[in-house]
Amino acid sequence: MGSFAKKVEKFWEVFYEHGGYTRVLTGLRNTFYIAVAGLVIGIIIGTIIAIIAVSPKYKRLPRILNRICRLYVGFFRGSPMVVQLLLFYFVLLPLFGSRMTPLSVCMLVFGLNSGAYVSEIMRGGIMSVDPGQMEAARALGLSYWVSMLKVVVPQAVKNIIPTLGNEFIVLIKETSIVSFVGASDLYVAFSYIGSNTYEFMVPYLVMALIYIVLVAIIALIVKMIERSLRKSDRRN
Amino acid sequence: MIDVIDLRKRYGDLEVLKGITTTIREGEKVVIIGPSGSGKSTFLRCLNCLEDPTGGEIIFEGVNIADMRVDINIHRRRMGMVFQQFNLFNNKNVIENIMLAPVYIRTQELRAKKIKNFFIRIRNLFTSNKKELYEINTTKAKIIEEAKEQALKLLRRIGLEDKAYVYPSTLSGGQKQRIAIIRSLAMNPKVILFDEPTSALDPEMVGEVLDLIKQLADEGMTMVIVTHEMGFARKVATRVLFMDEGQIVEENTPEELFSNPKHPRTKEFLSKVLSVH
Repeated sequence: MGSFAKKVEKFWEVFYEHGGYTRVLTGLRNTFYIAVAGLVIGIIIGTIIAIIAVSPKYKRLPRILNRICRLYVGFFRGSPMVVQLLLFYFVLLPLFGSRMTPLSVCMLVFGLNSGAYVSEIMRGGIMSVDPGQMEAARALGLSYWVSMLKVVVPQAVKNIIPTLGNEFIVLIKETSIVSFVGASDLYVAFSYIGSNTYEFMVPYLVMALIYIVLVAIIALIVKMIERSLRKSDRRN
Repeated sequence: MIDVIDLRKRYGDLEVLKGITTTIREGEKVVIIGPSGSGKSTFLRCLNCLEDPTGGEIIFEGVNIADMRVDINIHRRRMGMVFQQFNLFNNKNVIENIMLAPVYIRTQELRAKKIKNFFIRIRNLFTSNKKELYEINTTKAKIIEEAKEQALKLLRRIGLEDKAYVYPSTLSGGQKQRIAIIRSLAMNPKVILFDEPTSALDPEMVGEVLDLIKQLADEGMTMVIVTHEMGFARKVATRVLFMDEGQIVEENTPEELFSNPKHPRTKEFLSKVLSVH
């Protein structure tokens, strides 16, 4: 036990006195940025794809769009996120000569990736809404898109909040791969501390704890959002 | 007002409507009866193209709305519809349910006028023969205010003013259906289509809904009603259509049709349903 206390002492020295915590905070911030941006972009893309997927297909345009969306979902669900990240950063960006920072590339790729997953979640949510709702809106003379946006999607979103929360948690945890393209997150911060003390036990333990606490907080927030959205279901 | 000419609807190999021709005149209350599976609901839903007809024409106010090139949304605004399952918007409270479509459509029209005026102004800068601007005598706030006033007036009429700000999930079936009816009234429709408006209600709530429909009928609203309430059909209808197997088998005034049916199929159906009551 004595050696463990010593390890903690060493960790504390680098973490606090040598300013390691600033790296951890930056890492935490980046983790958060990437996950939030990923979820927001993902919800936007996912909603668009889901609406295209459920829209009637007797015209040509929706059919073509649907084909494109299926390819998109196929690619982003069919390959690991690390591979997508590497492809974007080391293949696509140099091809277009773009100079994006690793952080913004990560936000983009996380968004595109979660868009594919959110689209499936969203599609399920939209299909779980009673078709009568759409019919009633159409019968009042609202167009398909307006009915979708004003009546169906709000109800679908309410149904899928728990699943979306889950997606956000997955994103938070997945951020630990961004060091592949040189963005700094929690993992980078703690392995920096580890390599400075030649001691990895405590830093990684703390890292695990931070992730767990983070996820617990998010789960709590999701539950609160869910409860406030349920107000139209509760009696009075 | 609505001319239906040889209306056909098929799902794959199943032909549900086999050529229906009829005319619904202004002020008429047409009640459609028939056994289940006879296509009466499908016929009603074809009238406002919730189901796209696969053949025939529906001429509403001089336009064939069965034509896929017609913007059906504009015509649906003049045709109310009331559903068996009420279909109030669950994510909106009662008054929002009533105001949604009128407010959206009127602000949309306002925006369209503003955009047109903008282009006319630009055009007028360059020509000597000035074109007149569209008159705009409303604002978005005014539209909302008016819609709200109208919604409250309608709610007052059915005695549910105190329910204006609650969500549909807290209401009884009868209340929901009456709100669904005034929601369609808020669009000032020319005709209201009722798709079995009382079939999903508890027996004790059927009365309040039928009373409201009767009131509207007495005020001269044109109606097409699919129902199983024979007593109500007899009271309200100016004309009764009996449908079976996708066709209108017999049509007549309620007195004649109920007391003196001509077609054997009508006789059989009426003897079955009337003996129950």
